[in-house]
Amino acid sequence: MQEEINASAVINIKGLCKSFGENNDVLKGVNLSVKKGENLVVIGKSGSGKSITIKCLVRLIDADKGVIKVFGTTINNLGEKELNAIRIRIGFLFQNSALYDSMTVKENLAFPLMRHSTKLSLKEFDDAINESLESVKLIEAKDKMPSELSGGMRKRVGLARTLILKPDIMLYDEPTTGLDTITSREISHLILEIQKKNKTSSIIITHDMTCAKLTGDRIVILRDGIIYAEGTYDTLEKSEDEWVRSFFI
Amino acid sequence: MIKLKLLTISLCVKDASLTDTYVKLLYISKVNFVVSSFKNIFNASKTLIAYLNSVFKDAGNVSLFTIRFFKEAVKPPFEIKEFVKQCYYIGYKSLTLVGITGFIMGLVLTIQSRPTMAKFGAESWLPGMVGLSIIKEIAPVITALICAGKIASGIGAELGSMKVTEQIDAMEVSAINPFKYLVVTRIVATTLMVPLLVFFADGIGLLGGFMGINIHSDFSLYHYFSKVFDSLEFIDVLPAVIKTFFFGFFIGLIGCYKGFTAVNGTESVGKAANTGVVVASLTIFIIDMLAVQLTDLLF
Ligand SMILES: Nc1ncnc2c1ncn2[C@@H]1O[C@H](COP(=O)(O)OP(=O)(O)OP(=O)(O)O)[C@@H](O)[C@H]1O
Ligand SMILES: [Mg+2]
Repeated sequence: MQEEINASAVINIKGLCKSFGENNDVLKGVNLSVKKGENLVVIGKSGSGKSITIKCLVRLIDADKGVIKVFGTTINNLGEKELNAIRIRIGFLFQNSALYDSMTVKENLAFPLMRHSTKLSLKEFDDAINESLESVKLIEAKDKMPSELSGGMRKRVGLARTLILKPDIMLYDEPTTGLDTITSREISHLILEIQKKNKTSSIIITHDMTCAKLTGDRIVILRDGIIYAEGTYDTLEKSEDEWVRSFFI
Repeated sequence: MIKLKLLTISLCVKDASLTDTYVKLLYISKVNFVVSSFKNIFNASKTLIAYLNSVFKDAGNVSLFTIRFFKEAVKPPFEIKEFVKQCYYIGYKSLTLVGITGFIMGLVLTIQSRPTMAKFGAESWLPGMVGLSIIKEIAPVITALICAGKIASGIGAELGSMKVTEQIDAMEVSAINPFKYLVVTRIVATTLMVPLLVFFADGIGLLGGFMGINIHSDFSLYHYFSKVFDSLEFIDVLPAVIKTFFFGFFIGLIGCYKGFTAVNGTESVGKAANTGVVVASLTIFIIDMLAVQLTDLLF
């Protein structure tokens, strides 16, 4: 397993296609790779298939065509057990937070932890929850229900819930949408911190160009079902293609 | 078309040569009519086929869902905590509702049956008759219908909204089996709790019957119950008990299926709850009918 992690590309997607119904080809051959410890930002217009791409990556949606490799393993036809072993190492922040409505914030965090870190003592267990909540500055909301939180707070709890398992890969679906500028920047810095501390590789989907600039080592732009452009923030900003440049205004 | 006809007829009066045109027009309109009715029939049959197709598809999917349930139900680890919680919600939280309806059922049944029984001078058989009908038929079916309304819709709405807000997806990506956690626990809970609720309704219903009898005559509780139990035989009660497990199973299964397979969009949550109740209620009647036929054959 160790050498797999060391191999340069942790995520490797080749020729990913996905369509919904006959005339609705959303992805038409996406190629993507993320190196270990790299933050890849994905931008693109609403409905261009960004969320679908990362859902294919954890097999929430089955791809029609293409090869998806995570940690060097092709996950397309993996059995449940092997797939779950990989899923544990991937953190997924949902666009709409997807907090469990019937549980308090604390229980939301405890839910995955309880199942996957069974060896923790009660104190370590509490500490892990507190630490994770502190990192998103929401320790005071510990005993609240998700319905009592604002959209931005929900997003941060969602982030805390994904971070608690210390994943090797983080998939952020619009981590800063719906947050004020200051909190957005804090989240962006948190993403950077996670990258540094845990050597996490991440895919960050965002419409927030400040976040893209702060967090992204590399940026790809999705258009018409393929990767239309790729580069660092600075190169894309000065791109000759007017459509690409329009994202950076 | 009518306007055209009138026009041509009025023209015909003036000019006989136009009659020919009129006949032609009439012919064309007839042909048109035949063609369009064929089209209508064709379209109607197409919708019918599409409908039947979706019904069969649904039946196939429910079967797959059921098979998956049995596969996952026997595979450890078991979600004991969630199961107990569901038993509490499904069983304990329905006690009041089931109790009240059970009591009213027993009371009303007794009061309404009395005149007929009295006509035949068979008033002393009233407890036996009431007991038999409550335990064999009324309590199981009414309780199951109430559970279909309360539990199947509740499960349908709960799982439906979890599906729509990606909570089920979130479980899946954190390597927690949502089918096991949400579906298996709920179906097992309904399968075990509905029979218990029916048992409770039996008891309360019989008490209601006792009150009903005591409005007009003086029966001691002991006398009443000994009369009721005299009229019951094990063979009568057994099929009634067995069918309640099936009621419970299908209430859970249908609620879970509808919720778990809800498609995106908030309106599908309401739909999941609604169709859950309708299908579950219908299924209860079908099971009841099959159970009666089967007992008739076997005993
Ligand atoms: N379950 C589904 N059934 C049919 N079409 C779907 C489904 N899920 C997504 N789509 C379609 O796929 C396309 C891409 O969806 P996706 O959610 O990936 O967009 P996105 O790039 O994440 O957009 P946004 O920035 O608004 O989140 C959309 O046009 C959508 O209509
Ligand atoms: Mg999206």
